[in-house]
Amino acid sequence: MSTLAAAIDAPTIEYAELSPMLLVFGAAMIGVLVEAFTPRYLRKSIQMPLTVLSMLGAFALTVWQGIQGVRHAAAMGAVAVDGPSLFIWGAILLLAIVSVLLINDDDHFVAQAAAVPGSAEEDRAISEGGAHTEIYPLVLFAVGGMMLFPAANDLLIMFVALEVMSLPLYLLCGLARRRRLLSQEAAMKYFLLGAFSSAFFLYGTALLYGYAGSVDLSAIEKSLSTVGGQDSLLFMGAAMLGVGLLFKIGAAPFQAWKPDVYQGSPTPITALMASGTLIAAFGALLRVFWVALGNLDAEWTPVLWAVAILTMVVGAILAITQTDIKRMLAYSSIAHTGFLLTAVVATGKEAQNANALSGILFYLVAYGFATVGAFAVVTMVRDPGGEAGHLSRWAGLGKRSPILAGIFALFLLAFAGIPLTSGFFGKYAVFAAAVSGGAVQLVIVGVVTSAMAAFFYVRVIVLMFFSDPAPEGPTIAVPSIGTAAVVTLAAAATVVLGVFPQPVLDLAHTAAQSLFVR
Amino acid sequence: METAAEIVQHSGGVIGVSWLTIVLPLLGAAILLLGGRRTDRWGHLLGVAMSLASFVVAVLVFVELLGFGPDQRRRVVELYDFLPGGTIDVKMGLLLDPLSISFALLITGVGSLIHIYSIGYMAHDPNRRRFFAYLNLFIAAMLLLVLADNYLGLYVGWEGVGLASYLLIGFWQHKPSAAAAAKKAFIVNRVGDMGLALGIFVIFTTFGTVAFGPVMSGVPQASQGTLTLIGLALLLGACGKSAQLPLQSWLLDAMEGPTPVSALIHAATMVTAGVYLVVRSGPIYVGAPTAALVVTIVGVATLLAGAIIGTAKDDIKKALAGSTMSQIGYMMLAAGLGPVGYAFAIAHLIAHGFFKASMFLGAGSVMHAMNDEVDMRKFGGLASKMKITWITFGLGYLAIIGFPLLSGYWTKDGIIETAMEHNPILGWLAVIGAGITGFYMSRLFFMTFHGKPRWEKDVHPHESPAVMTWPLIILSIGSVFGGGFLIAGNRFMEFLAPAVGRPEEMPSFHPFSVTGLATLALVAVGVAYAWMRYGRAEVPAVAPRGSFLTVFARRDLYGDAINEALFMRPGQWLTRLAVYFDNRGVDGLVNGLAALIGGTSGRLRRVQTGFVRSYALSIFFGAALLVGAWFVVGNL
Repeated sequence: MSTLAAAIDAPTIEYAELSPMLLVFGAAMIGVLVEAFTPRYLRKSIQMPLTVLSMLGAFALTVWQGIQGVRHAAAMGAVAVDGPSLFIWGAILLLAIVSVLLINDDDHFVAQAAAVPGSAEEDRAISEGGAHTEIYPLVLFAVGGMMLFPAANDLLIMFVALEVMSLPLYLLCGLARRRRLLSQEAAMKYFLLGAFSSAFFLYGTALLYGYAGSVDLSAIEKSLSTVGGQDSLLFMGAAMLGVGLLFKIGAAPFQAWKPDVYQGSPTPITALMASGTLIAAFGALLRVFWVALGNLDAEWTPVLWAVAILTMVVGAILAITQTDIKRMLAYSSIAHTGFLLTAVVATGKEAQNANALSGILFYLVAYGFATVGAFAVVTMVRDPGGEAGHLSRWAGLGKRSPILAGIFALFLLAFAGIPLTSGFFGKYAVFAAAVSGGAVQLVIVGVVTSAMAAFFYVRVIVLMFFSDPAPEGPTIAVPSIGTAAVVTLAAAATVVLGVFPQPVLDLAHTAAQSLFVR
Repeated sequence: METAAEIVQHSGGVIGVSWLTIVLPLLGAAILLLGGRRTDRWGHLLGVAMSLASFVVAVLVFVELLGFGPDQRRRVVELYDFLPGGTIDVKMGLLLDPLSISFALLITGVGSLIHIYSIGYMAHDPNRRRFFAYLNLFIAAMLLLVLADNYLGLYVGWEGVGLASYLLIGFWQHKPSAAAAAKKAFIVNRVGDMGLALGIFVIFTTFGTVAFGPVMSGVPQASQGTLTLIGLALLLGACGKSAQLPLQSWLLDAMEGPTPVSALIHAATMVTAGVYLVVRSGPIYVGAPTAALVVTIVGVATLLAGAIIGTAKDDIKKALAGSTMSQIGYMMLAAGLGPVGYAFAIAHLIAHGFFKASMFLGAGSVMHAMNDEVDMRKFGGLASKMKITWITFGLGYLAIIGFPLLSGYWTKDGIIETAMEHNPILGWLAVIGAGITGFYMSRLFFMTFHGKPRWEKDVHPHESPAVMTWPLIILSIGSVFGGGFLIAGNRFMEFLAPAVGRPEEMPSFHPFSVTGLATLALVAVGVAYAWMRYGRAEVPAVAPRGSFLTVFARRDLYGDAINEALFMRPGQWLTRLAVYFDNRGVDGLVNGLAALIGGTSGRLRRVQTGFVRSYALSIFFGAALLVGAWFVVGNL
């Protein structure tokens, strides 16, 4: 026995540094237990505080870690707790807390998921006031996955994180209360395509392991200079890995799932995906490309250039003809993914990388808040059958509820990158980084597509304020306290980041200074 | 020549809080504008109170300033960092010196009287509160203009005056003519403002600062060419605000505003800004004789043009406006003559502030009595009906034509004498101007107050209420004694010397010099001719066609026609061309592009079939492309 014990070193786990993630996962476990052992009527009043408090606690722990200035790979080098990780954790946690306030509205989720849509069983579940409180632990698992994904310093951990993040989301996508078939279809599509892309990711991991003999990101980086003559393995592996990651951020030509899934999912889940998942996936993408493949940038930069251009163009052009507000926002998200990619390819010296990274981080926060806010507004504009998705229903909204329409206009202007909104500084930071990284042509495409994008944002504003209201237009739901808080917070963040961006810019800059630990 | 005294840093005392003069009326304007209809009942009183309070502060500052020795009377109060940044760092401060305090006293003093008068004049206007808000704004902006210790602060005040004048001239915006006049004033002023802005740019690049003190002390180091450039640019600004040729056209139209506005613009504030700018920038013009010469030429040309326009106008306010142009021309002329002229320019400006305000308010009083009629051919014989207005207006009239021992006599004669010494041509032209002034002012006075009544049927002239006549009485006292008080014994010249520099020799006043006598004689001829034509003889109710010269004058010397031909029509052609180009060229391109993008979008949309299998296929092909591309790039 003793010889065996000596042969296997007990892994060292830095509990303090991983504490934010551990708290979220722990709370998710407790949530599952709550589902199992507490009576139905008590569950929500336990789950909601548990979820919010655990994430608040995790945020506090993240801040604590940030103040401590911890920067190294924890858990035997499997998880990197560094500046970017901490910043991303903080952003994801804040956005997730805000999204949970939206999710807390029972109204969005199915009464009984197992009941066939339109069946008597469903009617009974609705009249009994059934609700799936499992959504809270599911959200916690997803958030935990989102935190681990960008922090993973090892391709296998990253894959596990990817699945931990995605599986709950697949499920959550199918839980919309209304238009359930659409929702289930979205969940199905997301699952199938997600699984497909995961396979690419895993295949890429395997090939890279074959090349480098390790799945550790820093080991892969080192192997680039030592291993020779295995370029096919390397290129195939890196490209496959890239496919998996680009799928998650929704870059073209892997963007097809985004509009369908965004449209079908319950809107609060869409908000969580569009903000949290995007941030997490960008974090992971940066870590893989900048850490593991950092010395290979001559090879992947041209490829990502093409992807960025294609993504911006596809997102901006397709958004123009969308008639559904959520689909339009989905395409807008694709376009924004493209804008962010311009800074991903703008690598260079260390200072340049820090510059680009801080721009991306700021952009992600700014975009995340505006997105959650915009989807929160979408939940409030209702038709008898659910949310008023079709754009024509939004005509004249500005005349009937000027405040709501005004706030929505603010978010749209932020998406368009108009000064005095957060979007302006985000776009500026990213494009400036891209220019100083030598990607001028990319920025030109970015600016042109931004102009195209401005068209469809402003078109909605024109529709809301300068068209006559439809005679039997949608009703504006009286927002619950949670929804009102979300809209207010998001609007405040959008304005504050647009007028006094400096503190957050500084924070992003500090976080980016250390770049990624190797 | 002795240069101006050093500027001393100051804190504490009343001077330390001299910013109150600006802030109080600004606060008044803010309260009245933000308070809206709630403040309607007491709004005018607040406006008057703020203006008076500002006057009181100005008086206290003046008294405190007098307490210092003459060489200690230039004091700067630092307020805050206005524009901190890289190579430009503008500190905002107020410069309290004899020059600025003279202006501040005139602005707040005469301004307050106009405020009080407006209570009565605007009594029946539903928007009286708003009117007072704009008046307060005007006073505040004008005070900032004269008190700022740097060109940038001056510029802010300058623009503030432009805005306030726009709001006030167009106050009755329901009248298209008023709206057009406001726009015209604003646009013409913009041309001038551009000059001022350019001047300030050059000042900044040359001296690295915009504060008056360092700029003036740096003048000797600057080249003459640069100084000339600055001088001419500043002159362009001055021409805009002070309605000097060639930017005079807005002034006559500005009469569309309520009459107290005309009094405010013409007497105490706006038009004097140009003179202030030139005098304040004195050292620059001393270093640039060419620019100074241009100033005098502009002054003389304007004083003649204004006087000629005044001779043909039947509208009482327009005739007075012509006279304002002319009088400001005298000031400009004096300001262009250098330090010898500065004291006369400012003294004339102050005296003019009194008599012109008195006459404008008097004209308002007449209009008040005549159902807002402005055509002098429908006045006549009003002397017996409105005694106070007649007397106060008469005193103002005598002052402006330079009747011996009244205000205008002292100040205008000083200007003419100085000009004569400087350059006889300028001098004699100024004398001729004085003669014409005698004629057209007499014409105005006789047509209004004397001769047979030519009133419309339902007009019953009556004296105005006390709230309107008291300001008239106070102003007329100023127009009688002001000039003598300032000029006799070189009192004002001594007072002003620390601020603008002391001339080599103080001019002495000769009551019976050749120039003085010639001026008096010409004025007498003018008055007599006017009496024959308009006092004794019948005045036709409809204006006769008149000679070529009369029409020339009546049409403002074709100033508008010139502007239209030179600027408006080519401008219109240009805009039409631009619109055409925009419609055909740009819009075509833009719309074509938009159609292209929209079409592409519609076609691309079909790719989004909704089938997972096709999405998966696209991912697969995408992945294949990515891998392929990677290989291609990697093996390059």
